[in-house]
Amino acid sequence: MSKHVVASVAEVPPGSRKLVNVKGRPIAIFNIDGAYYGLLNRCPHQGGSLVHGVLTGLVESDEPGKYCYSREGEILRCPWHGWEFDVKTGQSYCEPDKIKVKNYPVEVSPGRRVVEGPYIAETVPVTVEEEYVVVEA
Amino acid sequence: MNVQVRDTRTTRSEAASRLAIADCDIHPAHKSKRDLDPYLEQRWIDELRTFGPRRRVGVQSGPAYPKSQPNAARRDAFPEDGNAPGSDLDFMRRQLLDPYNIQLGVLNATGENGQHFQNRDLGNAHCRATNHWQIETFTKNEPRLKASLVVPYEDTQAGVAEIEHWAGDPNFVQIILQSRSADPLGNRRYWPIYEAAAAAGLPVGVHAFGFGGHPPTGSGWASYYIEDMVGHAQSCQGLLISMLMEGVFERIPKMKLVLIEAGFGWLPPLAWRLDKLWKRLRAETPHLKRLPSEYIRDHVWLTTQPMEEPEPREHVLDTFDWVGWDRMLFATDYPHWDFDDPDQALQVRVDEPRRRAFFYGNAAALYGVAAVA
Amino acid sequence: MTTTETGGIDCDIHPAVPSLKSLLPYLPRHWADLLVQRGMHELDSAAYPINSPLTARPDWRPDAGKPGADLARLREDALDPFGTRIAICNCLYGVQLLFSEDMAAAYARAVNDWVRAEWLDREPRLRASIVVPPQNPHLAAEEIERCAADPRFVQVLMLVMDEMPLGRRHYWPIYETAARLGLPVGIHAGSAYRHPVTTVGWPTYYTEDYAAQATAFQSQLMSLICEGVFNKFPDLTVVLLESGVTWLPAHMWRLSKYWRGLRMEIPWVDRSPFDIVRSNVRLSLQPFDGPPDAAQLERIFEHLQSDELLLFSTDYPHWQFDGLDAIPPGLPSGLARKIMIDNPLRTYTRLKETVT
Repeated sequence: MSKHVVASVAEVPPGSRKLVNVKGRPIAIFNIDGAYYGLLNRCPHQGGSLVHGVLTGLVESDEPGKYCYSREGEILRCPWHGWEFDVKTGQSYCEPDKIKVKNYPVEVSPGRRVVEGPYIAETVPVTVEEEYVVVEA
Repeated sequence: MNVQVRDTRTTRSEAASRLAIADCDIHPAHKSKRDLDPYLEQRWIDELRTFGPRRRVGVQSGPAYPKSQPNAARRDAFPEDGNAPGSDLDFMRRQLLDPYNIQLGVLNATGENGQHFQNRDLGNAHCRATNHWQIETFTKNEPRLKASLVVPYEDTQAGVAEIEHWAGDPNFVQIILQSRSADPLGNRRYWPIYEAAAAAGLPVGVHAFGFGGHPPTGSGWASYYIEDMVGHAQSCQGLLISMLMEGVFERIPKMKLVLIEAGFGWLPPLAWRLDKLWKRLRAETPHLKRLPSEYIRDHVWLTTQPMEEPEPREHVLDTFDWVGWDRMLFATDYPHWDFDDPDQALQVRVDEPRRRAFFYGNAAALYGVAAVA
Repeated sequence: MTTTETGGIDCDIHPAVPSLKSLLPYLPRHWADLLVQRGMHELDSAAYPINSPLTARPDWRPDAGKPGADLARLREDALDPFGTRIAICNCLYGVQLLFSEDMAAAYARAVNDWVRAEWLDREPRLRASIVVPPQNPHLAAEEIERCAADPRFVQVLMLVMDEMPLGRRHYWPIYETAARLGLPVGIHAGSAYRHPVTTVGWPTYYTEDYAAQATAFQSQLMSLICEGVFNKFPDLTVVLLESGVTWLPAHMWRLSKYWRGLRMEIPWVDRSPFDIVRSNVRLSLQPFDGPPDAAQLERIFEHLQSDELLLFSTDYPHWQFDGLDAIPPGLPSGLARKIMIDNPLRTYTRLKETVT
């Protein structure tokens, strides 16, 4: 595993998303309320491009007719068959024990540290004042 | 930046080296409500705009059950111009035909095509217009695409006339009807349409949906869209039972039936049930000379979407064996949300001859299209 | 395959009401009077034309009278030859066909009292399902309470096609009462004929009607699951009676597949539909629409992935098999006993009280 700068923070503001490529793998980056999450951009069902999915809330119910809505904006639905994934963990909602999409740790690093530290940043014009989205993959 | 933002819609492994695919269910869509105007008399344009389509459903426009996604489509299938999924030929080429090496795509123009307008004159004009529109917008400019002839089947005379009008036109590889009809499709009021199709050498495709006015269960209206969707299997069984028992295949030996988008797992148990039942009750249907399963084997094909997903996946191999590998016609149902990706849909190991038949050969043989290498 | 097990429990037999007049002693004066005064017709359902070959096996068809109307014949034809220890009566006289709620409730009560007096009281091997008026689920619930006081009533009987899909909340008073009293709900082939039997209109032939019953079971099982009946009533068992059986795996594959993407519409369905079926649904054995090749039967049981789903039945007097061949040939070994004895005993808990 190594760390890769994939975007500047300014490019992926809260509520937005970006499709990036790390070591040949397409990874969808989401900014949820300032925190970043990364998912392999392939639904485990038939490979749908998750970055095109919709972010919604979680509808739960312990009784027919009752609807509990929470975690608005944290549930990603595959743009194809609508499978629901917790964007933070990659866990599917339907069968969390069996189905998961691979998730990647994502962090924000200030530019200075990225340039000087042990992390691998490939030919990136780095401005020291900026902060960068870094994916470990 | 070092990152390449790849648009996965256009990046696929080299298309030319892939197996050629026949996609037996693609849905073209209108860019705007005016798309059919060039093919309609003004009075029909005015009639539709003023009074609406008059389908056997309460909402003025749209489906009876709300879909799960806009346009019931994949969210990534909206072309750049923002028009409906399936409306842009160029986008369809880039997202579907080219990357998957689709050498034969069969269009099923099932939306707002006039088949379900209670006002039959209005409806018949729209069926004709839809058939023109398919050619002008899609098949004329794209040799890989063929169309299904939209037939106004609830008006027997008009249905026959539409088939006879287009018979021999190479743009069309089959006729299509929709499964939820006003009477079960084996009913004798539909026979002249099947006879005309057989005379024209056109298979009869029956696609899921329709607005025949009956609820999607024999016990009334289900509450949920999921029941509407799964219910296409029940509807298709009803119409197939009807076609078999009414003796459509006995009367019209050249009839070829293609069941589209209803699944196929239900077919073997239904065939077993019908064989047993027919042997017991055959006094009622003396016009039948063979077992129902024999008629099915000779006259019925099925598209593969939505692919059955048992666990373990290998159970589906039993179903293919029972149905017959030669009856299966691969389909994606692009651009709908329950799309089957050609690379992913068949999650079981199949030998090469069967793969080729499944993905291309069966369709080429059925639709009389040249085989590819 | 002739069964070698004896002492089995036959979960679906059909005693027949000889005529509407047979119910006169069991109807209150007001209803009895109207029956005669109005010249009411028989309530035999179009689901089983009396002279149709399916309605009675030739050797089970009497020379006179309705098939299934004679207790002595039932003993000779259905109980003794199979060594049956207990048989559950599902009376299909069409009270569900009536439109008036009160009339239906009165006739349901009369049928249940008739079954008790003419069958249960006269033959200790017999048990019965409670016929209820689905036209009014509250009256149906009252009838369940009334009959359940007699431990020989072991199930609630409904038809697979009614006015609405059976999972709808409209019917929940029936499920609530049944679950509370420990009674399974048996859903049997047939219809109240409020809608065409198929989802594509009214069929031409009786053969189509009967064939389409399997699709009705598919729709109703789906409705029960999607409406959350088993979430609301986790102790409820539903028994699908005379369904054909082999349609089940493919239907569950499809329903489970769509559930994964459409869960948000029915969020109370919190586990796979196939799992729900394995825990809460059972199916009577006959008719068993099996593959012509007995070797393929094993594949079907592989697909079902459970030994506990099937409950032995003859479907007497309907003609579903010949001789004593009620068990499908090629059944995986060891399953016959489960089907004939263990599964029914586990499903119908009331039977334990009365089985020696």
